[in-house]
Amino acid sequence: MASRARVVIESESDIVAARQKGRELAASCGFSSTDQTLIALAISELARNIVSYATRGEVLLSIVDDAVTGIQVVAHDEGPGIADVELALQDGYSTVKSLGLGLPGARRVMDDFQIDSAPGKGTTVTVRKWKR
Amino acid sequence: MPVPVLKQGDILIASVVTALTDKDLLHLKDELADKIGRMRARGVVVDVTALDVVDSYAARMLRGIAHTAKLRGAETVVVGIQPEVAFGMVELGLSLDDVETALDLEEALAHLRAVGARRGRRGQ
Repeated sequence: MASRARVVIESESDIVAARQKGRELAASCGFSSTDQTLIALAISELARNIVSYATRGEVLLSIVDDAVTGIQVVAHDEGPGIADVELALQDGYSTVKSLGLGLPGARRVMDDFQIDSAPGKGTTVTVRKWKR
Repeated sequence: MPVPVLKQGDILIASVVTALTDKDLLHLKDELADKIGRMRARGVVVDVTALDVVDSYAARMLRGIAHTAKLRGAETVVVGIQPEVAFGMVELGLSLDDVETALDLEEALAHLRAVGARRGRRGQ
């Protein structure tokens, strides 16, 4: 299996496709089934943010081979961007009608989390999980 | 893909058999609210054994299903949340605090029958 994949996110059915692809990739490099679920969950939340806020974007999945093996998920869009990133990372904050747990939740279930966003410049969220 | 909904006595059983899109979940919520009235159901079981992920949207929809059913006079039990799925929900910060859950279909049916019997006694 290829060690990277790109899923274009344009509709809510792409959310399912992205998380399934992520789970496959995580399984192929030996993540436990619990970790596969956590990775799929993070992808689901990040991909849904793309659909909800930016309408379209992409999810890039790759296996990272450092001292340990990990999986990297990059959720990228060229949508409106986030005015207050700190606020967006708080539990329960949402500007659409949702629970506001997507971004902070994705941060909790993964090991590394990085967000790059500015109004008018789109949003890129990069998360990684390492094999234990 | 739509979720099949079966009727057993006055209980509706919705068995999720594949990954659900947001639209599928929304459709299920509407369909159950409608069927409770048309089929005069007193209980709803949503079997999510086949779901490999319950994210924030799915959790919100499951709560929506249970709350809507309650307002329509039916009790909802969500069954079959897998161990990893439950763990993921906890990590993400999701809860189904105000929704009845059970391990499997059998337990859910036993619970709903018990609720039905209590209601019956009150009604006498």
